[in-house]
Amino acid sequence: MTKKRNFSLLSHRAGAAFLAPAAALVGVFVLLPFFWVIFVSFTNRTLLGKTALSPDFVGLQNYFQLFDPATFFTRGQFGFSLILTTQFVLLSALVGQALLGLLLAWLMQTIPPALKRIVETAVIAAWILPEVVIGFAWFAFLDYDNGTLNMILRGLGLPAGDFLLQQPFWVIVIFNTWRGAAFSMMLFNSAFASIPPSYFQAADVAGASSWQKFRDIGLPLIRGHVVTDLILITMWTFNVFTPFILTNGGPSYRTELLSIYNYRIAFREFDFGKGAAVGVIIMLINLIFALIYLSFGRKKAKAVEE
Amino acid sequence: MSNRLRALYLGLATATTMITPAFAVDLTVICRCVVGGVNSETATWIKDSVIPGFTAKMKAEGKDVTVSLNEFGGKDEQMTQQLALDFSTGAGADVAAFDGFLIPSFVEGGLLKPLDEVAGADVNSWEGWSHISEGAKSLMSYGGKAYGLALGTDVRAIFVRKELLKSAGLDPDAFQPKSWAELLDAARAIKKANPDSFPLQLNAGVNMGEATTMQGYYMAILGTGESVVDENGKYIVASQGILDTLNLYKTIYVDEQLGDQRAQLLGDGRNRTFTNFRDGKTALLVEGDWFFNSVMAPGAEFGLENRDAEVTWASMPAQEPGKGYRGQDYVTVSGGTGFVLNPATKNPAEAWALLSYMNSQESLTAFQGFREARRIRDDVATPNNVYLQKTQESLLPLTTARPNDPNYNKVSAEIQRMTESVVSGEASPADAMAAYKAAVIAIVGEANTVSKL
Repeated sequence: MTKKRNFSLLSHRAGAAFLAPAAALVGVFVLLPFFWVIFVSFTNRTLLGKTALSPDFVGLQNYFQLFDPATFFTRGQFGFSLILTTQFVLLSALVGQALLGLLLAWLMQTIPPALKRIVETAVIAAWILPEVVIGFAWFAFLDYDNGTLNMILRGLGLPAGDFLLQQPFWVIVIFNTWRGAAFSMMLFNSAFASIPPSYFQAADVAGASSWQKFRDIGLPLIRGHVVTDLILITMWTFNVFTPFILTNGGPSYRTELLSIYNYRIAFREFDFGKGAAVGVIIMLINLIFALIYLSFGRKKAKAVEE
Repeated sequence: MSNRLRALYLGLATATTMITPAFAVDLTVICRCVVGGVNSETATWIKDSVIPGFTAKMKAEGKDVTVSLNEFGGKDEQMTQQLALDFSTGAGADVAAFDGFLIPSFVEGGLLKPLDEVAGADVNSWEGWSHISEGAKSLMSYGGKAYGLALGTDVRAIFVRKELLKSAGLDPDAFQPKSWAELLDAARAIKKANPDSFPLQLNAGVNMGEATTMQGYYMAILGTGESVVDENGKYIVASQGILDTLNLYKTIYVDEQLGDQRAQLLGDGRNRTFTNFRDGKTALLVEGDWFFNSVMAPGAEFGLENRDAEVTWASMPAQEPGKGYRGQDYVTVSGGTGFVLNPATKNPAEAWALLSYMNSQESLTAFQGFREARRIRDDVATPNNVYLQKTQESLLPLTTARPNDPNYNKVSAEIQRMTESVVSGEASPADAMAAYKAAVIAIVGEANTVSKL
C-alpha cells in the first residue's frame, strides 16, 4: 500500500500540535521516570533513615552488591530470584502454557463445535478474570485447613497436602500455567484455522494419523505463530506479580520472583537505590526479549514481501 | 492552546476551592483499627467518644470541625508502608497512629517533624506535659524532641491457659518457670498429655514483623544476659546468647514440635497463634499487654468469655536464674504506640487540638472504659485490672526498650529473617547467625557492630 502524500487532513503544524499533549504526557510519565530510575540506581537513596534526605552518589555499588558472588545464590538475594524466575518462565510459560495451549488448540480442531465452545469459554474465563480474584480463589482452593482441594482429598481418604508451604514453587508454576494457557490456545487456534482444510482432507485420504497431520502439516505451517507466542508469554511471565497473592514470595523467599524481589527491596524495605538497580536490570532483560521479538517480526515481514 | 490550558487550570483551581467552605475544617485520623476487627476498642473509642467530644468542644470555641476515622484493616507492616508513602508525598491523614520504634527512621528520612514545629507554640503550653513522665515522653521522641504522643506503654509475659496446665498435672496458679529448662519441661509435659496441642509459642519469622522481634527474639535474648545492642549501642552480631536463643527456637519448633511451626511461616500467622490460644491448642503464648487486654478481651475477635477464669500469666524466665539482662531472674521489654501529626497537614492547629484532646485526662479516662491499659498520664488511673496491677509491680521495674536508632527497624527485619531460617528448619543456628552478621554489617557498618565469639 502506498500512501498519498498530497492529501492530508491537517497541516504538519496542526498535526504536531495535536501530538504535543500526548508527547508531553509520554515525556513526563514515561521518559522522565525512566531516566530518573537509572539515575537513582547510582545512589543509595532510601525512603527512611539518613540517606532519604541526603543520598550519596555511589556509582555502580548497587550493581556490584546485586552481583556479589558471596551472596548471589543465597535465598532472598538477587541471583536466587533471577534463577528462580528463569525456572518459572521455562516451566510455566514455555512448557506449561505453550505446550498445553498447543495441545488444547490441536484437540479442538477435531471435536464437535458445541463442545469446542464450552472448552473455549472455560479456558478463556481463566484468562479474563481479574488477577486478584484469581489469586484469592487459588489461595482458598489450596489452603491446608479449609481449602477445597484438601477437602476433596480428605473426602477420598487421601492425605491432605500443605501445598502453599511444602511445594510453593510448583503451586505458582501450575497456577501460572492454568492462568495463561488460554492465550496460547487462542493464538494457535486461529493459526490452525488459517490452514486450508484441503491439506488435512488430502492427508485423511492418504490415511495419516492425527499425530502425523500435526507433525507434518499443522506444526510447520504455524511455526511463525509459535515463535511469536513463545516470546510474548516469556515476557509476560518474566514480569508477572500475581503469585505474590498466593505466597507473598515466601515461605522464606522460596517463590520470590524477580518482580516480587524488586517490590520488596523498593517498597517494603524502602531501599530505592538498590530497588532502582534491580529495575534497570529487569528493563535490560525485557529490552532483549523485545529486540528478539521485533527482529523476528521484521524477518517475517521481509519473508512475506519476497 | 496555552490559553485554553490556562483556562482549564483556573477552572479546576476555582472548582477545588469552592468545595471547601471558608471556615469548616476537615480532619482525618488513621489507625490500624476496625470496628468489629483488629483494635476494635480503639476504633470505637475514637468514633463514639473522641470525635463527638472534640467536635462539640470546637463548636463551643466557634469552630466548625468534622473529623473522620480511616479504619486501616491491614497488617502493621502494611500500615507503616502506607504512612511512609503518604508522608513522603505530602498526603495522608492529619493524625496517624504510629509505633514509637519507627520514629527515628522516619525523622531521619524527613517524614516527621517535631510537634511544636508542625503546630507551633500551642504545643509547648499544653497542660498535659506536666502529667507525662520523661520516660513516657521518650516513647515517641527522638533527639530530645517529641514527635507524637504515646497512648500507653506495655510489657510482655507468658500467657497461660489454665486447663491445659491442669491436664498435665501442673498447678496453673503456682506456675512460674525459673529457667528455660523448666519452661520447656512444662511444655513437654503438656505435649505428652495432649499430643495434638502446640503447648509453647514464641514468635519468629518474617511475616509477624515486629511482633517476632519484640514478643519472640527480645524475650529470649534478654534471658541470656545480652540484648540486641551492647552497652555502647553497638549491634551484637555474633555471640553465645544469639546461638542459645536460636537453639531455643530450634528446640521448640524443629526438634520437638512444641510450637505451631506453620503459624510462624504463614502470612496470617499471628492470628493463627491467637486462634490456637483461644481454642485451647496453645497453653503458653509469649505476648504483650495488648494480647490480654484487647485481643483476648471478652467479645473481641479472639476473645474468651471467661478470660479471667481461664487465663493466667507468668514472667518470662532468664535462661538460668540470675543469668538474664542486668543479672535479672525474669525479663521483659516495652514499647509504645500512639499518634503523630502529619507534617503536611493543612490544618496543623486543629490537628494538634485533636491530638491533645485525645490525650486529655477526660479522653484517656474514657478510653479505659473501652480498653484497659497503662496510660501515660499520671492523672489517668490504671484500671481495676488484676493483670495490669500485678505486672505493674512484677514486670515494669524489669523492663527495657529497643534502641532509639534509625537503623533499628532494618536490623529488626534481619532478626526476623534469622529466626525464620531456623524455625523453618532450613539453616542451623550457626549458619543463621553468620547470615545475620553479614546483613547487619551491611546495614550499619562493621564499626557499629560487635562480635562476642
